[in-house]
Amino acid sequence: MSYPMKIRATLSGDKVEVKALIAHEMETGFRKDTAGTLVPAHYIQLVTIQCNGKSVLSAQWGPSVSKNPFLTFRFSGAKKGEKLNITWQDNLGETRSDEVAIT
Amino acid sequence: MQITRRKLLRLGSALSVLCITAGSALFRTGSAWASDIWNKNAFSAKAVDEVLKAFGGTHAQPSSEITLTVPEIAENGAVVPVIIESKLLNTRAIHILVEKNPFALSATFDIPPGTDPYIGARIKIGSTSNVYALVRTDSGFFITQKEVKVTLGGCGG
Repeated sequence: MSYPMKIRATLSGDKVEVKALIAHEMETGFRKDTAGTLVPAHYIQLVTIQCNGKSVLSAQWGPSVSKNPFLTFRFSGAKKGEKLNITWQDNLGETRSDEVAIT
Repeated sequence: MQITRRKLLRLGSALSVLCITAGSALFRTGSAWASDIWNKNAFSAKAVDEVLKAFGGTHAQPSSEITLTVPEIAENGAVVPVIIESKLLNTRAIHILVEKNPFALSATFDIPPGTDPYIGARIKIGSTSNVYALVRTDSGFFITQKEVKVTLGGCGG
């Protein structure tokens, strides 16, 4: 099971600054565990971020994005109280979606 | 017709097989959706030029209009903060590449209209290497680079 993301979306001026911390192992497939066996790759491939159903950012990631990925970006055209939704999907088909209101 | 215990068992097992196949079919369409969009060619490329080719580009022009902020020395290669800001007109996508990682491409971001060409993320860097910010605009690809010295690698254990 995956843990909820920590998302903060704050409006300053006419722009919304988004900071998101996603809980994910981001296993590269190159790492060995203490027994010396390779840990299979497990990482987020797709991230889509929407505000009011409109895409504000979409990303594709490889295994070299850090564990528990952190992401910041800015966009314009949103008001306070509107909903921002982040969805990810990883290489094993797991997916998670979290929503936050813009403050 | 009388339902014997044998018949009931057989029916049950047939049903469960059906459930499993239906379930796995569902799972498969789910992952196919991810791999359809995910640019496998670009992410399995080993060199920076190969990544550019996978994105359909032939030449990336060096540009000072892209600001790439990375630490000069990263003590821990597993968590290296990267900030990329582009002042180029009509920036459509930002890609982060690490020259000496097993696969050069780390992350790509598609920037729709209304979103600033500004991205902050954290990546893993295996050993001291050049980090590239590759930007796609309407008038082609632009690139800028910076070296990051890594004292503790981010890949492998």
